[in-house]
Amino acid sequence: MSSPNQRAFCARMLALACVLSCAPSVRAAEVQIKIDNFVFVPATITVKPGDTVTWENVDDIPHTVTSKTPGIFRSKPLDTNDKYAFTFATEGTFDYFCGLHPHMQGKVIVAP
Amino acid sequence: MAGKSDEQGIDRRGALECMAWAGAGLLWTVAGGVPVVKEILGASEARAQASTGFTFAQISDSHLGFDKPANPDTTGTLQEAMQHVLAVKEKPAFIIHTGDISHLSKPAQFDDADKIIGAARLDVHYVPGEHDVIDEDNGKAYLERYGKNAKGKGWYAFDHQGVHFVGLVNVFDLKAGGMGNLGAEQLAWLADDLKGKSASTPIVVFAHIPMWTVYAEWGWGTEDASQALDMLKRFGSVTVLNGHIHQIFQKVEGNVTFHTARSTGFPQGAPGVAASAGPLLVPADKLRTVLGVASIAVKQGTQSLAIIDTPLA
Repeated sequence: MSSPNQRAFCARMLALACVLSCAPSVRAAEVQIKIDNFVFVPATITVKPGDTVTWENVDDIPHTVTSKTPGIFRSKPLDTNDKYAFTFATEGTFDYFCGLHPHMQGKVIVAP
Repeated sequence: MAGKSDEQGIDRRGALECMAWAGAGLLWTVAGGVPVVKEILGASEARAQASTGFTFAQISDSHLGFDKPANPDTTGTLQEAMQHVLAVKEKPAFIIHTGDISHLSKPAQFDDADKIIGAARLDVHYVPGEHDVIDEDNGKAYLERYGKNAKGKGWYAFDHQGVHFVGLVNVFDLKAGGMGNLGAEQLAWLADDLKGKSASTPIVVFAHIPMWTVYAEWGWGTEDASQALDMLKRFGSVTVLNGHIHQIFQKVEGNVTFHTARSTGFPQGAPGVAASAGPLLVPADKLRTVLGVASIAVKQGTQSLAIIDTPLA
């Protein structure tokens, strides 16, 4: 049996742990990637699970954002100033490319 | 992008002149089965070469819908290109369009292209560019419109006055980090199509992305083209016409001559010189010198093809 003091201490620790870990994951970040001059900038980014990545095409040619592993994500063709957003719920490394210009490649690393 | 182009303007112009970008035209003569570019010629000489055979025109990369500074009026420049096609004295038997008819595969963009190109009242043989198959349904809009009599994803062959024409499609199923792609199904069809053809049959192959590696860093090539070219090796005269790179490049390998056409829409920078594969901004009064059409003359009896690239101005 734990004493009332011990229980109060545990409750405080739990609350603290939640402040330290729960809160940041609740406030998911928005991360921007620009597509310009046939390059994803930055080409590699690291985000946390739950973060949303938004690609904006500022090039004067359309591009797509297509996951290398088929079916994870695939944007429509993005004309100049079009945006595409995808929320990465799970951890992992997600390689992607432009379906129109497949030499254009990028990587999103999702890690806690 | 534009800033970089401007900074490099003088060097670039020098490079372009070396590559005959602003030439009056290129005369291709396929003699003894080997097509060779003889020299840059004026249109009048081209017409003379065509006097005993037939001509056809190649247009490419119209990109209707593109309206950025590199060319705010792609509709207008396509109309001008068609005027050049119609001005050829030896009326072209047909037109080949090597893809990127539209900029974004939109019905209105295809409609506009059909209206402008159709006004010439000539048969038009299309192959798709990657810009023509980026609709939601992965090329359905293109295939319903242009692929009715084609196989698979739009490839086909036809004959004209003893010359065998093969339209190939290398813009589907592009892989990350890769280049153009023909795929196993199309290669099997090609093997079957060429089977039994006499080695003396002149062959003209046309596809959007170059069938040889112009510049791998920009994806300017076709991954599995070597398999197609192996099948074509036994033929005495093979001419490969491509687009995609919006500038003229040529190469001869054995009996195979490769040629890329200018765009009717906007120029692109030279590989390894320009910052990227994007549109090249040139002064407005120079734009028409880097856009153009090609007319190809097939001279009977000499196995000669004469290809003339004519800029719009």
